[in-house]
Amino acid sequence: MTYDIVDSQLIVKLSGELDHHTSESLRKKIDQCYNSRNLSSIIFDLRDLKFMDSSGIGLIMGRYKICKEKSGNVSIVSTSPYINRILKMSGIYKIIRVFSTIDDAIKG
Amino acid sequence: MVEKGIDKNYMKVEFLSKSSNESFARVVVAAFASQLDPTIEEISDIKTAVSEAVTNAIIHGYEYGEGIVVVEAKLEGNKIEITVEDFGKGIENIQKAMEPFYTSKPNLERSGMGFTVMETFMDELVVESEVNKGTKVIMTKVINSQSNRE
Repeated sequence: MTYDIVDSQLIVKLSGELDHHTSESLRKKIDQCYNSRNLSSIIFDLRDLKFMDSSGIGLIMGRYKICKEKSGNVSIVSTSPYINRILKMSGIYKIIRVFSTIDDAIKG
Repeated sequence: MVEKGIDKNYMKVEFLSKSSNESFARVVVAAFASQLDPTIEEISDIKTAVSEAVTNAIIHGYEYGEGIVVVEAKLEGNKIEITVEDFGKGIENIQKAMEPFYTSKPNLERSGMGFTVMETFMDELVVESEVNKGTKVIMTKVINSQSNRE
């Protein structure tokens, strides 16, 4: 995971595989970064992700709840048909916007 | 005599209920399934379904305790049958566990989508469970071999 901060939005760039095993340490890292800098929103960049199961959905939904408490938002950047399929199945599209570029996600 | 295609094949692997074995399990099954010449999408489906079943065994079956997870796969014709079994606490109400978004562990940020993912990505899903004995998930998928499609 690498991150970037633009306009008090935390951009989390994920690569490799997101499953139950990897999500536990990612959650800690993301939350620590988000809380220590008093940020509002999180953008998940999933374009380099090779694998994601429902643990990824749990991770994103958990961050959505945290951001909402701070009147922030969560958005996703994803272009992989495979990742988009599992996102769609989870119903996450109903509450979280998915963009195909980082710039679009930053603009909201 | 040279055999054409796959008639029947079988494999079994067992490992400790450690979360680091989730990726091991899905890679093993995917490698075995590759004998049926699946598409990238079919391989992704299988990997995801196996990941969900093995994660369930670790989190819910053994509740992070130490146990053995058994993964078996059978190839027959163009069909793969995958079994993921644990000998943990079992599921009291299978129907409820299979409801989308239901999770018995909401504090762990589980999405409750595990069984829904398995059902969607595979063609058939059967869950057998007995309290304090364990859980067995049997999933099958028909592979439309790439060479058959050409």
